[in-house]
Amino acid sequence: MLRSAIRSRTSREGGCAIEPLVRQYEIRANDFTHAGEASSSMKKSLSRLGVKAEVIKRAAIAMYEAEINAVIHGHGGMAEVTVFPEKVVIVIEDHGPGIPDLDQAMVAGWSTAPDIAREMGFGAGMGLPNIKKNCDELKIDTKVGEGTKVTMEVRFT
Amino acid sequence: MKVCDCANLLNAKILVESENFEEDLQIACGSDLMSDVMAFSSDESQIMITGLVNPQTIRTAEMLDVKVIIFVRGKVPDETMQRLAEDRGIGLMTTPLSMFTCCGLLYEAGLRGKEAAL
Ligand SMILES: Nc1ncnc2c1ncn2[C@@H]1O[C@H](COP(=O)(O)OP(=O)(O)OP(=O)(O)O)[C@@H](O)[C@H]1O
Ligand SMILES: [Mg+2]
Repeated sequence: MLRSAIRSRTSREGGCAIEPLVRQYEIRANDFTHAGEASSSMKKSLSRLGVKAEVIKRAAIAMYEAEINAVIHGHGGMAEVTVFPEKVVIVIEDHGPGIPDLDQAMVAGWSTAPDIAREMGFGAGMGLPNIKKNCDELKIDTKVGEGTKVTMEVRFT
Repeated sequence: MKVCDCANLLNAKILVESENFEEDLQIACGSDLMSDVMAFSSDESQIMITGLVNPQTIRTAEMLDVKVIIFVRGKVPDETMQRLAEDRGIGLMTTPLSMFTCCGLLYEAGLRGKEAAL
């Protein structure tokens, strides 16, 4: 099931206090029925805020690919979405096996997806390249045996 | 091309109606690999053609704002998938045709992939 919590964090920018909207979701390992709910919820939030459809789609694709990677490769994890007035920052973190060779993993077509994921239509080795293409900023912290943290930023203008 | 024309052409059965059924659709994509769909059709595809039947098909369509999914080879999504699609405003239909024939007929009728569109 999906767990979502909303909390506020106060930050100061240009002397004026703004409160970005923060949401957290649990991502469950190998749960292909609910995989994508976090991304779907984020997409709806941005729509409600009136963000341009083209920008929402980029954020949705990037987050969905990272969410699915956490489901398939990362043994599940957490998603955190922070909406600022000018951008959305999405963090997907898992405590799975980590990525031994990140440069290799970024290559289009390279995949270690297991059969169960392939049966679900994944394993083209296009997820990470898709994420890179659709984000304005991308940072991947990964360590073998510890996990992977994907931080994505999509700007609204 | 309207969705009802498309259904007629493919001898397809409409499983879930959507409010977009009167819209003129021009761009389609077909694949059983969801990341391929997201890589090569991310911008404007309105119709997704696939032989893959699972909840992630609907999710992928949702992320891409795809309006109609055509399931080929007679595949029928289960009730849960149909409700999910309905909830997201995505129309569903199923055709007995193969992927190749389905895509060929739609192309012949004027639909295009993203690279050849407009
Ligand atoms: N969160 C993760 N934890 C561990 N390994 C990962 C993670 N994300 C990606 N990888 C590794 O990087 C490879 C490439 O990932 P990518 O998302 O590009 O392709 P894929 O998930 O295999 O297939 P696709 O995304 O096309 O369905 C994966 O096959 C896997 O080996
Ligand atoms: Mg992937």
